[in-house]
Amino acid sequence: MSVKTEPRPESAPRSAIGESRGERLRRLFSSRIASAFAVVIAVLWTIPTAGLFISSLRPEDDIRTSGWWNVFTDPSFTLDTYNYVLYSTSAGGGLIRNLINTVVITIPGVIVPVVFAAMAAYALSWIDFKGRNLLYIAVFALQVVPIQMALIPLLSFFSKGLAIGDMTIMPAWELHGVNTIVQVWIAHSIFGLPLAIFLLHNFMRELPGDVMEAARIDGASHSQIFRKVVLPLVTPALASIGIFQFLWVWNDFLVGRTFGGGEATRPLTAVLGDMAGTWGFGWTRLPAAAFIAIIVPLLVFLLLQRYFVRGLLAGSVKG
Amino acid sequence: MNISDLTDRFGLLAVGLVAFAAVMLALYGIAELASRRNSNRLVATVFLFPALLFLVVGLVYPAVRTFIMSFYSGDGSKFIGLDNYAWVFSNDSALQTLINTALWVVIVPAVSTALGLVYAVLIDGRRGERVYKALVFLPMGISFVGASIIWKFIYQYKASGKQLGLLNQLLVWAGFDPVNWLNNFPTNNFLLMVVLIWIQVGFATVVLSAALKGVPVDIIEAARIDGANPSEIFWNVTVPSIRSAIIVVAVTVFIATLKLFDIVRAMTGGHHGTDVLAHNMWDQAFRLGNDGRGATMAVLLFALVIPVVIYQVRNIRRQELEAR
Amino acid sequence: MGKTRRLMYLATATSALALAAAACGAPDDEGEGRGEVPDAAQDCANYEDYGSFDGETVTIFGSIRDTEADEMEEAWSFFEECTGITIEYEGSGEFEADMKVRVDGGNAPDIALFPQPGLMANYADSLVPASDEVTALATEGWSQDWLDYGTIDGTFYASPNSGNAKSFIWYSPAFFSDNGYEIPTTWDDLIALSDQIAADGVKPWCAGFESGGATGWPGTDWIEDIVLREDTDLYDQWVEHEIPFNDPQIVAAIEKAGEVVTNDEYMFNGVDTISSTPFQEAGYPILDNECAMYRMASFYGAMWPADTTVAEDGDVFAFRFPESDEADNTMLVGGEFVAAYSDSEATEATRQFLASELYHNARLQTGPWSTAHQGVDPSNATTPINELATEILTDPDVTVRFDGSDLMPGEVGASSFWTGVIQWVDGSKNAQEIADDIENSWPQ
Repeated sequence: MSVKTEPRPESAPRSAIGESRGERLRRLFSSRIASAFAVVIAVLWTIPTAGLFISSLRPEDDIRTSGWWNVFTDPSFTLDTYNYVLYSTSAGGGLIRNLINTVVITIPGVIVPVVFAAMAAYALSWIDFKGRNLLYIAVFALQVVPIQMALIPLLSFFSKGLAIGDMTIMPAWELHGVNTIVQVWIAHSIFGLPLAIFLLHNFMRELPGDVMEAARIDGASHSQIFRKVVLPLVTPALASIGIFQFLWVWNDFLVGRTFGGGEATRPLTAVLGDMAGTWGFGWTRLPAAAFIAIIVPLLVFLLLQRYFVRGLLAGSVKG
Repeated sequence: MNISDLTDRFGLLAVGLVAFAAVMLALYGIAELASRRNSNRLVATVFLFPALLFLVVGLVYPAVRTFIMSFYSGDGSKFIGLDNYAWVFSNDSALQTLINTALWVVIVPAVSTALGLVYAVLIDGRRGERVYKALVFLPMGISFVGASIIWKFIYQYKASGKQLGLLNQLLVWAGFDPVNWLNNFPTNNFLLMVVLIWIQVGFATVVLSAALKGVPVDIIEAARIDGANPSEIFWNVTVPSIRSAIIVVAVTVFIATLKLFDIVRAMTGGHHGTDVLAHNMWDQAFRLGNDGRGATMAVLLFALVIPVVIYQVRNIRRQELEAR
Repeated sequence: MGKTRRLMYLATATSALALAAAACGAPDDEGEGRGEVPDAAQDCANYEDYGSFDGETVTIFGSIRDTEADEMEEAWSFFEECTGITIEYEGSGEFEADMKVRVDGGNAPDIALFPQPGLMANYADSLVPASDEVTALATEGWSQDWLDYGTIDGTFYASPNSGNAKSFIWYSPAFFSDNGYEIPTTWDDLIALSDQIAADGVKPWCAGFESGGATGWPGTDWIEDIVLREDTDLYDQWVEHEIPFNDPQIVAAIEKAGEVVTNDEYMFNGVDTISSTPFQEAGYPILDNECAMYRMASFYGAMWPADTTVAEDGDVFAFRFPESDEADNTMLVGGEFVAAYSDSEATEATRQFLASELYHNARLQTGPWSTAHQGVDPSNATTPINELATEILTDPDVTVRFDGSDLMPGEVGASSFWTGVIQWVDGSKNAQEIADDIENSWPQ
């Protein structure tokens, strides 16, 4: 904020000079309408989630027979539905296990691609070699390969191995049960890489070249520069990309169910997708189940919002 | 829920993390060795190796395979040239899918960016700006499936009795008959777009609001002294100054929109004239078992992004020049 | 964000979790309608013939989920215990798509429970034909009509699992007797009854075709019921596409179904609500006498609200869809078929068990279920409606035909037929137009 502090005559009615930037821009719109509009948007954007939250706390019979706004005239709340969907051993319950799956899938599903992407982005932005730009553009373009089309080839890579002619290059993985989560990690890492490399590359390119140069002259190797100079400088970007990837993995619907080994390893969102797909039966438990699935990313998001935004800006605004 | 459920999973997690750390250590060692030989190519190879290996196996090969499959029949047994492409442009429902996709990729990025910009301007410098921003940003953290559920509850319809969906309840309060929103073509398409817009406006707001803070005050001052009115300032000074941020937002939302699958899947299943490319691709290839048509849809999807890639290539070139 | 505020978020989150944990203590299982595995099926002596497979695992993949899946697993739990085979069952809400991904990705389950023989035929190349033992068991257990649906190109692949009777109309026995309505046995009686009920001021029919991504299928059942009762041969030709979908006889059948389905005089809440009313709840107005009849398969017996008595002398029950020609005796059916992708001995043993009288009798008693296996005693079924369904399904005099949309290619049976039906009840297209559309979508 570098507001000019020129003295201004007291009499000048709301002179342009001395106003904050916000005020000035806001004057473009009539102030009162602008306020109302901002409030309306904020409220509109909040109501759907709030409605879901309220629904999730209502008894199932109420959910079936009346809308959530009825709590204001006829309040009645219960945690039974949460209890049921998390812990019940009968139909539509036991989501606690899926919640744990999601956690176990998410942690490596975020760390691995972010680390690999950081290495790749460094090579693409600070190591001189032929074909660098071409490679970068190729990686960028990979962002748009629909992951649905990658499911079958990648799955067959895991389950059949890789062979050229009779020569086995890689045997089948033969993972079972909980261990199939390893495949889910790798799949998530793959699908997260293009965007992570793209954003990190944008970020790293903006680093001051003379710092690198100085380190080079001091005799530091690339791996040393990467570790001691670059990584500390791009920490905010790593954080923001980590959050991006976290949201993507946590909210994933297809990858977990495809590469995991069945119901026991299914992540929460995949279960939720099934529940939502077969609307009708047990839908009154959907608000609670959905809210369990969205509360964690929402909290992470709110707590780390600052990093997320900072990294995003550094990565994208320069675009 | 057994204890073994816990130990199994977290045990695997621990093993996985340790293994990953070991791989990283090994890579680091190799990179050090390569550095000593002072070969940039070698060092770059070590740095790029894990990512490129993953990408080739998991994305490049499938992309090539998909491209080839699009010239084959549904079960992959016969080469049929461009027949699948001919089908896309002659079949009514496939055409409807294309039209819908076109609407999506125009409307969603445009509305999200515009709303985000307006909102960012409105709340800029306002008291409680952070709260305003957080409220709109919140949906970004919700999965498409979660968002679909949330909005399905909004659009829910009952022909008679108490309405469960907020939108229909509002209609009833206003004295109208409830509407079966999701079955009502073509309105249903726009209602699905609302869900994605709801998610993306927050992203646009945050990026654009930060960009706004970067607009130099002096320029606006100068314009004002020159006698420009507020709307002229907005259009001729503010917008051009944050032009690149606007483009980034629009492009990012564009790509997200093109790949959109879950919302359609969870809300209408592509019925009632609401199908879009990415969902139809899935439907053709997996539910209906027609690999050829599914692959064709995927190729079209890819083709639609080519302009964005070209734009990005230009950008990189420009940056290279500026850097020199 | 200020530090205090962040702490507040954390506190809220923790307290929410604490609340959830405090409320814990596993809720009661819903015990209703749930039987026991019969004594005979608990005795390991009866499983000796299958052999012993300690530590082996058989994976089964199907579309059955939730309570029904639990009951199914209960029925084979003693088989697992006695043979040492661990059966890992997985139910999916996206069966068709998941199946495709797994098989093409080389990750096929050992056994799949296919609800659609048409879909199963797509995988003929990777399926393991039934062994002589399984074939013998199946021949003993099922009528030829059923065996044909498990046969692809002359090779028998899959024995049936459950059987559903689909040609049922649900009604309230009390409402019928109070008003002196008789259960109709012919189509003409049905229309006459509908007119009578309508004249008495009650909407005779309820209908709901909404079913998420499969919206429209209940409507295809309606049309199939009519075509089947016009002429069984016509039905076969139609399903096999020996006659075009827009054959005048088929269009006439759709129009005949329309006498009820698209008749605003008959339809509770109006025809335009059908496509958005979930089929699971569409019959509920019968309980309040707001409508009189609802056409839905026998499995609907499990979908009534918890406190409903489903019995001939209870709150609701079902009668058979009337014949067009009184001399006929037909039933539209559905069900799953047990197909295998693995030829391991454990898989073979499991297939034999799933085709056996032992399993079908046990499954009949672990929960609401019906089967066409000739060896079971229908009176073992846990609910009256399943007893009735099993009686009909095991009656050799009944001509059964499988749900046609499940036999047609996916482009039709799981797509354009549904879409067509929706457009038809939404009033955007008439019978001829949807038949033309569906015919055009039939893969060449």
